[in-house]
Amino acid sequence: MANKIYCYAIAVALLAYPLTLLAASNTEIELMHEQIQQLEQRLQQAEAASKQTATVAAAQSTGRQSSHADSSANAFNPAMLLILSGIYGQLAQAEAPPTGFAMSPNDTGYARSFSLQESELSIAANIDPQFRGVATFALAPAGGISVENGYVQTTALGNGYNLKFGRYFSGLGYLNEQHSHTWDFVDQPLVYRVLWDNQLTEDGVQFKWLAPTDRFIELGAELGRGLGYPGSDRQKNGVGSGVVFAHIGDDIGTGGSWRSGFSLHQTRREKAQSHGVPDLAGTPGGVDTEFSGDSKTAGLDFVYKYAPDGNTTLTNLKLQGEYFRRSENGLLTYDTASANITDSYSSTQSGWYVQSVYQFMPRWRIGLRYDQLNPGNAQIGPANAANVIGSFAYEPSRTTAMMDFNPSEFSRLRLQLAQDRSRQGFTDKQIFLQYVMSLGAHGAHQF
Amino acid sequence: MQVKEHIVKNIINFLFLVMLIAIASRHAHAELNIFACEPEWAALAQELAADKASIYAATTALQDPHQIQARPSLIAKARRAQLTVCTGAELEIGWLPVILRESANSDIAPGKPGSFEAARYVAMRDVPARLDRADGDVHAAGNPHIQTDARNYLPVAQALSARMAELDPRNAAFYRDRLQTFTQKWQVAIARWEKQAAPLKGQSIAVQHTAFPYLSNWLGMREVVALEPKPGMEPSVSHLAQVVAQLQQHPARMVLRAAYQNPKPSEWIAEHAHITAVMLPFSVGGTDGAKDLFSLFDDTIQRLVAGLK
Repeated sequence: MANKIYCYAIAVALLAYPLTLLAASNTEIELMHEQIQQLEQRLQQAEAASKQTATVAAAQSTGRQSSHADSSANAFNPAMLLILSGIYGQLAQAEAPPTGFAMSPNDTGYARSFSLQESELSIAANIDPQFRGVATFALAPAGGISVENGYVQTTALGNGYNLKFGRYFSGLGYLNEQHSHTWDFVDQPLVYRVLWDNQLTEDGVQFKWLAPTDRFIELGAELGRGLGYPGSDRQKNGVGSGVVFAHIGDDIGTGGSWRSGFSLHQTRREKAQSHGVPDLAGTPGGVDTEFSGDSKTAGLDFVYKYAPDGNTTLTNLKLQGEYFRRSENGLLTYDTASANITDSYSSTQSGWYVQSVYQFMPRWRIGLRYDQLNPGNAQIGPANAANVIGSFAYEPSRTTAMMDFNPSEFSRLRLQLAQDRSRQGFTDKQIFLQYVMSLGAHGAHQF
Repeated sequence: MQVKEHIVKNIINFLFLVMLIAIASRHAHAELNIFACEPEWAALAQELAADKASIYAATTALQDPHQIQARPSLIAKARRAQLTVCTGAELEIGWLPVILRESANSDIAPGKPGSFEAARYVAMRDVPARLDRADGDVHAAGNPHIQTDARNYLPVAQALSARMAELDPRNAAFYRDRLQTFTQKWQVAIARWEKQAAPLKGQSIAVQHTAFPYLSNWLGMREVVALEPKPGMEPSVSHLAQVVAQLQQHPARMVLRAAYQNPKPSEWIAEHAHITAVMLPFSVGGTDGAKDLFSLFDDTIQRLVAGLK
């Protein structure tokens, strides 16, 4: 009842309002106008003042936030790491491949005198709660950018499962996954150069599983296209290459730790070209050959690291070795440019290295490496028996010594001396000076 | 064609084997499985959880916590951990990210309840005004060596105890009781240490690495010079000679270094500037005397006071 009365009262007041206005005199209206204008002015002043304090407050708060990395907008920028490296090389034969090995057509050998090496730009960040993305662009000194790595990996599968897809360094062996700026020598071991074109890069999918045991046991498998050598990057549907690997590792006391691994790689090579292959006829500059067939490689790797009390900053020692053995079975076409004779071909080749690096005082390290290859004896079909060399009766080898100085963990200067006997009848004494610098995010290194 | 099928078949067999092992090896955890990045946090976790947790210390006090290798054994231990207790503030940036990634254990991923960073619960010192590698290995969040100030353990213990209770609610009451006992004992101990350390107040010190701002602040010591030219950079002899010259202008009573650090720079300075070189345990296990958190500070204060004589 009371509500109804209020409603009526309001309605009557509203209706009466224009009437009261009409009834008001002119002076009263002018007075009201003035009052309204004054009110408007005050309102504008108040608004301006409040805006000003708001901007000041905003500026103060952003100032505070930018000093606190967690909450500023650019904290979402990915971690960036740029590697700058260059080399001075003094050697006799820059490009000749080790005797008895048909190299990847991409093998470039070494550069002489001063040269910039590939600059690497890495960008990495979590994409969302499920994925992390990593891209490494290699900027070739002559120009051009290539995608060295560009992969996505899962971060939330848990239970020891890791899935990686895109372009990545294969997980086989020990050195294959390590980026060139972390290498302990200027170059890769010979066995990596001849069997993997220095490093096997694959476009595909990698699956890894870590066992829930006290000892480190990791199993992995990869399916890929066959992008990197010995894969022939063929254009076909399905799977072109496969890798399986297993790693096991543990500590020995507080100072020592080790990891050992076994890997298998398999690919189908289609029309794989090799240039400048020496033949029985002694053709100057060699001939071009083409191989189609299966390639299977098995590898063993081992690394042991030691530091007194496990404190690596003062002195530490690293000892590692790897062995790879490849069997190829298929058809070889001899001299694709003119003779063009195709017959069966099968060979087994292998190689190994051992190396040790010792940090004898903070910032200074020395290292020694021995490499050896076995080109093996190839089984050659009768049609090519008089053309293709089946046995070189020579085992290429190399001895390398290095010393590096690390002013900080972001910079490294290195001197490397090598006695390279990888070409039959010729010993090359090589001298390299190298710098490797990393700018930007603090990269976390693998074991 | 045949080879392709072969590859796929081999890999499917392999994956199947992996699954079988995975299923077979699943087992229930009886106690809270803790992965402590540094020994002081392992010791604190021990105080707070006693026998309710199995604790693995990833590093020892004789190792430089910046420079740890992402060893296979650490990856294997992190794989089964339910809680990581680390300093944070980028102290472990060179190795922990690799371990977290490779261990593929989503329970301890950053931001999950299983990831505990002590530096989040204390007031950070030496937060750099600018970030430039020309200043050495600086940490954006501030100096990470928070464990040298005994007072910092109180907020960290409180947060860690709460985290343990969150992950293991069955024993929540137990963790609460342990925290209360620890806090009381620790407060009494702090009062004792501060009394013992009274002669250190206002004393000037030199440090080998900028590892002690929290300790200096707590005990009222004044750091006049660091031997490292920039954080994380080993000093050369010529740089040490400059430090000696600086020490003639601003004399210090002693030069401090952590147990894991190269003794040579401190000893060189001690000899040439005629001051005492004091090695501090820095964490549990750094010296024979530093057996647990309490004796860590007993030993530290004792060594500092002895350094004045």
